[in-house]
Amino acid sequence: GVKALERLLLQHPSVEAGGIPRQTGNGEENHIHEKLVSLSLLQKDFVPFLLNFLREQTSQILTNGPSTPAKTPNSKAHGSQRTGSERRASLGSFLTAMPEALPARRGRRKGSGSVSASGRPVARDLGHCLTEEEDGKSDSASWSGGRRKWSEVPPVSARSPPSQLNLNNLEEFPPMGAASGWTNKSKPSRRINPTPVSAERPLSKPKMCFTSTPVSQSPAARFSSGTSLEAFTAVQEGNLTSMISNSLQEEREMLKKERYGISLDPGTPTKPSYTRSASLPPESHLVTCADLTKVSCKKQLECLAQLYSSCIAENLVPNIFLELFFVLQLLRMVIGAVVSCFFFFPLDASGKQHFRSVHNCVYFAVQVLDYQIISRLEKGLLKLLAENERIASFSPSLHRRLRQAYESSTAKVSLLLPCSVQSVSFQPETDNRSNFPSDRAFHIFKKQRDIFYELLREWEDNHEKTGWDFERVLGNKIRAMMAHLSATCNHSHFARLFQKQLIQMCKGPVGGGASSGDTPDQDVLNMLGSDNLSRLKRLQERFIVPQSIRGPCPPPSFPGCQQFFRDFILSAGSYQFNQHLMDSLCLKILELNGLTLVEHEHSDGEADMDEQDEKKRFTVVLLSLRLLAKFLGFLVFLPYRTVEQPTRDLQDSAVALRNQTLPVLDVLKLLRQSIQDHRSILTIPWIVEYLSLVDHIAPFLDYYRKIFCLLLLMVLSEDKEMSFLNKLLILAVLGWLFQVELFPAVSFSHQDSVPLVDQQLLYTCCPYLGELRKLLASFVAGSGAKNGGFIRKITPTAAESLAPKASVTQRKLQVELEQAFFHNQPPSLRRTVEFVAERVGSNCVKHIKATLVAELVQRAEVMLQDKVKEEDANHDKLLEEVCAHLYEEGAQALIKGREFCKKKGPEAVRVLLPEETSAAVLSSAEDIAVDLATEKACGWLSANIAALIKREVKATFNRMLKVPGLALPSEDALELRRDCPAGCQHCAPFPSQIINEIKDVLCIAVGPRDEGEVIDYIWLECLLGRLSETLRCRKFMCPTSEQQLAKCTVELASLLGKSVMISYLRLKSNNPTCALLKLLLSVWKEDFGTPVPVQLIFSKKNIGYLAEVKQREWDLFLFMLHGLVEHELMRSSEIESCLRSLEELPWPSVSNEMCVNDK
Amino acid sequence: MKLTKAQYDEIAQFLGHVQPTRQSLRKLKERFPSQSQSTLLSIFSQEYQKQIKRTHAKHHTAEAVETYYQRYLNGVMKNAAAPVLLELANEVDFAPSLMARIVLERFLQEKEQAIPSKTLINSMLRDPSQIPDGVLANQVYQCTVNDCCYGPLVDCIKHAIGHEHEVLLREMLLEKNLSFIAEDQLRAKGYDKTPDFILEVPVAVEGHIIHWIESKASFGDESSHQAYLQDQFWSYWNRFGPGLVIYWYGFIEELDCHRERGILLKDCFPTDIVTLRHSMAQR
Repeated sequence: GVKALERLLLQHPSVEAGGIPRQTGNGEENHIHEKLVSLSLLQKDFVPFLLNFLREQTSQILTNGPSTPAKTPNSKAHGSQRTGSERRASLGSFLTAMPEALPARRGRRKGSGSVSASGRPVARDLGHCLTEEEDGKSDSASWSGGRRKWSEVPPVSARSPPSQLNLNNLEEFPPMGAASGWTNKSKPSRRINPTPVSAERPLSKPKMCFTSTPVSQSPAARFSSGTSLEAFTAVQEGNLTSMISNSLQEEREMLKKERYGISLDPGTPTKPSYTRSASLPPESHLVTCADLTKVSCKKQLECLAQLYSSCIAENLVPNIFLELFFVLQLLRMVIGAVVSCFFFFPLDASGKQHFRSVHNCVYFAVQVLDYQIISRLEKGLLKLLAENERIASFSPSLHRRLRQAYESSTAKVSLLLPCSVQSVSFQPETDNRSNFPSDRAFHIFKKQRDIFYELLREWEDNHEKTGWDFERVLGNKIRAMMAHLSATCNHSHFARLFQKQLIQMCKGPVGGGASSGDTPDQDVLNMLGSDNLSRLKRLQERFIVPQSIRGPCPPPSFPGCQQFFRDFILSAGSYQFNQHLMDSLCLKILELNGLTLVEHEHSDGEADMDEQDEKKRFTVVLLSLRLLAKFLGFLVFLPYRTVEQPTRDLQDSAVALRNQTLPVLDVLKLLRQSIQDHRSILTIPWIVEYLSLVDHIAPFLDYYRKIFCLLLLMVLSEDKEMSFLNKLLILAVLGWLFQVELFPAVSFSHQDSVPLVDQQLLYTCCPYLGELRKLLASFVAGSGAKNGGFIRKITPTAAESLAPKASVTQRKLQVELEQAFFHNQPPSLRRTVEFVAERVGSNCVKHIKATLVAELVQRAEVMLQDKVKEEDANHDKLLEEVCAHLYEEGAQALIKGREFCKKKGPEAVRVLLPEETSAAVLSSAEDIAVDLATEKACGWLSANIAALIKREVKATFNRMLKVPGLALPSEDALELRRDCPAGCQHCAPFPSQIINEIKDVLCIAVGPRDEGEVIDYIWLECLLGRLSETLRCRKFMCPTSEQQLAKCTVELASLLGKSVMISYLRLKSNNPTCALLKLLLSVWKEDFGTPVPVQLIFSKKNIGYLAEVKQREWDLFLFMLHGLVEHELMRSSEIESCLRSLEELPWPSVSNEMCVNDK
Repeated sequence: MKLTKAQYDEIAQFLGHVQPTRQSLRKLKERFPSQSQSTLLSIFSQEYQKQIKRTHAKHHTAEAVETYYQRYLNGVMKNAAAPVLLELANEVDFAPSLMARIVLERFLQEKEQAIPSKTLINSMLRDPSQIPDGVLANQVYQCTVNDCCYGPLVDCIKHAIGHEHEVLLREMLLEKNLSFIAEDQLRAKGYDKTPDFILEVPVAVEGHIIHWIESKASFGDESSHQAYLQDQFWSYWNRFGPGLVIYWYGFIEELDCHRERGILLKDCFPTDIVTLRHSMAQR
């Protein structure tokens, strides 16, 4: 490979001289490509070498940006102390360094130079860990983390062992789990340990940063570490050809041998890493003019660009995003670095320092971009590129094409999704009293809900303030809350609320409103945006937002609002809560993971619309799943978290112990299922999130090892038939996982067990992988998968009870017929029918509840009212009796339910199916929908109707007993039922106003009065007139107001007898009081809807007002009594009895005389 | 009517230590003629209640109760027709209705030799005719009728006002064609916290989405608003999302600070309402 590259670089000028102009593009590309093909045998070595070469060449120049993850250990390993020939950065040194550089790897492959990583702990790589194939499908299980293989090709000259150990030092690179996720203060430092690459760095560390395994697109893509290592060796030994020819068979052999040969070597866990500079200098100060005319080595650069572009185009690079990142870095390079570059990096031995100037770098970058996938880029990025002056000046044609691409691009990614915190809506079905065991539990949960949001608001307001500490401020409140929840067994409710709120706040691509936005997780999250291209956008963002640069492979974290939820869990420290939360998360994950997402019917011509909807839906589901899975992973591995890597002994015993336990969620099963069902595009991304939070031990457990194996297999299985973006997604998430994941560091296996996997082998052993791509491809690309195999099947709850008792064979036949019916219909028919059945069935139950059950409950209420009055009997017994009475009628529910489904089902089916559906198909579809709906509804009803009636009646009864007012509902109902008179304009004074005014009158009447304070007759008369109006208009009247008015007016009548008032009133007319009393009597009689407590006139207090009056007023009193009888407000007998009871009181003698008179 | 904090403070300061009588109310109206009566009454009532809350305890010590009771007995012995209890209340800066309650409670305690139930006391305050002592009945009635901040009559008026404004709001919603679920329906469904109205289809008021509307027939001052936020508004938000509170008698402008977060204050039915066009068109 080395030689090949050198040769190519050297030859290129001649090629160019041969008259193939650069801009002819294709021609030359083809030319280069042919060369590449011709060198295909070398390719697996060549590609990593090329990438490393580019990184090396540019490493010193890129000091002031985030360095793109280095490709190889040697890429930045050339310490500034090295000089001259020792610093043969590239090909030559690589080559010569090889023998020593390659540590002997045990048993790698017979015949080829066995190299070992023993000298370099880093070498225990992903691939090794995964050699054991899941379920022992031995032959297929060969893989390697390609990215890491390159990293294992370190030229000895380029690094010294101590520096490597630094890289592997757990303190510097603590396992992800140890550092991340514990406190929001401590930033995970594992991979992003800011290690500025600078010329002065004395102990430069080898960097290994291929984040993902290579895409085995073509045979040429077999460039896993083993291969490359051996290739180099072979090249050196001159037996290249034999090596290649033997490789496949050998690998198979080796795989068999090494399947079980996993050795754990925890001694020196390492993880691949890259460095980045912690911050960017403000670009504006340093931006340099890149000048096309100052570019040197043009030909070589062009050649390199072509090679590089071809590699990318062929998916030979492990992570396309890293490459893009790298290229963009070159493009935005500043001049400051270049000086040091010159200083510390004299030309290498062969004089090829191609990237020694900004001009060269930019030239190269522009060349590459010219070849690259610009048309696939997101609009925002296109715009930025189109606006880039360097591109404009270096390649007007690229600039022009960028502009065109920008103008025609629709791949817009909205980054600024405003995340307003929203609450979880209260749903009676899950949240009302009937969902709680006791009033107390219900009440307490009501409070917990409010407290939870109070905490959330407090966090929102303050968490970014300096000195604010989650645990200190909220810790105790949260634990008090947990105690309350425990006391009332409300954890499940709270866990559900918590989980829903989590999704609510964090489902957005930015992880929630308060989020800084630029977080590792978001990279991948964004990439899943509507067209999977936002990841590019995010990368691009890194270039324009200095403070947010974290590199493309950040560790897992809890950005934005997720932080709140994580800290809440930690502060709560509640076993019960965690358990319930895990339950809740698992349930939701299973639910979302089981959703039907992928089905398009191109033939219907509806694909475009469907596709857009599906994409949106997919995005939402996937983002939610990832979020939930991350938290589930967090909870599951929480108890096992350690800061330190456990010792070997501890680890062994922990593994032995934990191998016995079952996982909370059977991720492996789900993963396998998803692969079988061709829907790993949905499942893998969330499983990756889940796994990203494993503790130190988990990767060593049999169970998780199988998962990792399977995941790797997935990576290697992708091919070109899979949709470009789907593939990117899977590769990206897995690349990320393997990059940040703990398990490469702990390494499962002995070093040498990484055999070569090629497409052939993979597909021979895993035939289902071939199927996989068809369906996966159908998702984003929308190629139709017709099997519809994962539609959610409705399972009627109590189908048995209702299904006609046909023989088993008959029923079976029916089922088969039904399946057959759907088989040749478009999948949408089946979807529609099942959807209709589900909805209609569900609506049917709701309808029965709202009609039949409500009716029965009303009747029960009446019955209970009567009975509760007559006896002080046992309430439970009473309830039981009444309910028993109703159960029989409850049976009607089934009849009504059937009717409902029969009516509604066909309606819905007809509306939803295409107009052109044939009558027969339509009719069958309707029948099936009705049957399914009926099964569902009636099944539920027959099983639950009695319980439902009882529950509702009981609730009503309790309400009845609790509110004393309701004991007399008939009266209330009566008065409320009164309507305004016809044509009422609702203009009458408000009842409150009238009460207020009467109160004022009463004040004056009972005193004390101010000097000269009087009640005017006219005013009083007018007040009573308005009272009448107010009472007639029912709009604003409520029972309390009316009762109060009744009482007040009776008091008023009593006080009319009081001498003081009358003395004033008398001025006006001869017997004005009589007139007022008449008015009052008529209002009482005509206008009040509520009974007027006229008997209050006879109360001791009110009669007392009379006691002090003279004969004339007694006449008034008599007038009043007659009026009461006349207006049928009281019967004479009632008045008599009132008066008689008055007699019993100790009155002055007057009273008796009066009574006698009256009689 | 919205008041600035400064305007409000001026009124509150004037109220200082006034007695809850119609005379005080009259003076208040004369002093602040530009404010609406209802607003002034609402502020008056709330300020007075704050004052009472501060001094409540000292009127309920055994000593104080005994003193009040003896003074009442002495007073009515001299002249049963004089407003003994009312004047006593005014003299010691206590609400007449509450003074009536203290003395009634004490009276019943002596008569029945037991602490009377709250229900009984309340019932007697509502209908003093039930009080076995005619003189006390008159005295109590005089107190409750003359008290413009406490007592059954005032409570009833407040209740009536609240109800009336809910009806008004309902009318306005109907007029605007905004379909809603009212509080009683929500209760019937088992909601644990229920605003006056939940909009079935949310609308935007002055650019803010709202899901529910709560009607408050009072003035929104700091303390009452804080209490409402804590007990009601945030709880509604927690369940139904952002919403609108209408303080029909106005509020302190500065309190309308949670708009962004989802609690909007208005002193009247909003005019700037944007509905979901799509769904409106369907209807």
